[in-house]
Amino acid sequence: MPETAGPAIWQRRMMLAVLLTPALLWLFALIILPHIELALLSLRQRIAPHTYAASLTQYQTFFAEPLYWRVFVRTAILSALATALTLLVAFPVAWIIAKVARGRASSLLFVLCLIPFWVSETVRALGWLILLRESGVLPTLLVRLGITAVPVELLYHDATILIGLIYTSLLFMVVPLVSSLESLDNSLIEAAYNLGGTGASILRQIVVPHAAPGITSGCIVVFMLTLGNYLTPNLLGGKNSQWFTELIYTQFIVRFNWEQGAAFGFLLLGLSTAMVALGLRVSGQRFVDVMRRA
Amino acid sequence: MISSLPRPAWLRAATALYLGAFLLFLFVPLLVVAVFAFNNAPYPAPPWRGFTLDWFLGNQAAGRTGLFRDSELLGSIWTSVVVASWVTGLSVIVGTANAFLMERYRFPGKQLLSVLMLVPLVIPGVILGISILAFCSRLAELADSVFGLDLDFLRPGLTLVVLGQFSFVATIATLMVSARLKRFDRTLEEAALNLGASHAAVLRTITFPYLRPALIGTAAISFLMSFENFNTTLMLVGADAPLTVLMYGRMREGASPVLNAVSLFLMLASALLAFALMRGGRRRP
Repeated sequence: MPETAGPAIWQRRMMLAVLLTPALLWLFALIILPHIELALLSLRQRIAPHTYAASLTQYQTFFAEPLYWRVFVRTAILSALATALTLLVAFPVAWIIAKVARGRASSLLFVLCLIPFWVSETVRALGWLILLRESGVLPTLLVRLGITAVPVELLYHDATILIGLIYTSLLFMVVPLVSSLESLDNSLIEAAYNLGGTGASILRQIVVPHAAPGITSGCIVVFMLTLGNYLTPNLLGGKNSQWFTELIYTQFIVRFNWEQGAAFGFLLLGLSTAMVALGLRVSGQRFVDVMRRA
Repeated sequence: MISSLPRPAWLRAATALYLGAFLLFLFVPLLVVAVFAFNNAPYPAPPWRGFTLDWFLGNQAAGRTGLFRDSELLGSIWTSVVVASWVTGLSVIVGTANAFLMERYRFPGKQLLSVLMLVPLVIPGVILGISILAFCSRLAELADSVFGLDLDFLRPGLTLVVLGQFSFVATIATLMVSARLKRFDRTLEEAALNLGASHAAVLRTITFPYLRPALIGTAAISFLMSFENFNTTLMLVGADAPLTVLMYGRMREGASPVLNAVSLFLMLASALLAFALMRGGRRRP
């Protein structure tokens, strides 16, 4: 549009201001300022009622108290494990959707993968509770089949948490994988096969390099969601298998120790950001592209 | 291996086996939730003791409060609907404004703003919750000490829940509307303007009808994200608990088949929403 006239430019500036206002309000009032507040909270210490001094005590507590940093490390390792397992479970399905199934079967399978996402995470956790608890469906079935003599408690193990997390995360892995595999030209695979490539070598040299952006997007999103999950580890895990978000909740809501909770929050945020940055660095992608794809 | 290449029998078998196991994994948890909503027993656990509708219709007198008589559960569904409506409205409006801003305007700091808009998606929900909680209570204290105002809405409660959910749903709305606006052929607008239409008329008759499917899709996803949200909500909730928080509380006390009933109700509602969306999606030219 040619914009030579003065009023048109003025009008356009007005419009820009109108459109900028909600965006800036949203980002400043709900994201930037709250996180500055959280940072300030985490860097102060109460020395007397209503009197605070700047200090690193909260962070020192974290490193001095083995319980805290052990939960932190455990959460990080289990999240990484859950991400890797989600990739392993999701990749064949994505491959079948993108390359093996045709037409209606392929889109039906894709829709089926989306369904659990349409149901609340609370409902999904309830399903696993009913399946796995000592009086639940699976232990009863195992007794019936004569595999175990008495019902075994399948809940409250780390493996249970992993299953719950994989279940919740599948969708976020399948979608980027399917879209990156669909863009892989079948003739490349055929050519490789004709030239004597085996399944493994084709996978390693052609499929995985091509799907790398999708794999990265999926892994970043899944790791982040897993790390920040509260519900699934809390309901499926036992008392001895705390998730780091549970520590944040305890400090913030139960003990009302906001300073400590804020410090924990920043540590979690730091870990999550570091992993996102690492993922981007390893795959050489831009943050904006990865998020658009996810 | 792709379908155009020969696949050995063992590979076909393995594929079928894997798919079967995968679908079981996907649907058995949802299936047991649905089935045990009808079990005539006080706990959602085997064995099967016969079919009953008590967990939907039962009243106090029978010793079983069914979903439709459980005023606490029904109240929390309503709370969730109200919260989700606010989040949806805000997200669609702000998301659309953002989409126009990012697709149609050039201004200093645009690159930075586009990155900032994506940031809420990479902040864990729990942290979004506590940061907004801390910030709002700082504001409330400030208002109290400086102006002597008691701003109740800044304390944990539904206003904060709406704000907390909106803070990241807005990003999703922005991405969804932008994706459609990006593919819009702007010559259509220019043609209309050349033919003498006003800017308002062009927006009303050309741009918005084009965006409509994206706006409806965005609204549905926003509603769903809000209705299902747990992490952020848990940190900001006050006296009135939305459904997910109430269900969580009850699950901690020990599961009752009423929870299965409400879950089944949620599944049906989601299925209806998904179906409506797909139908709507197919109708568009």
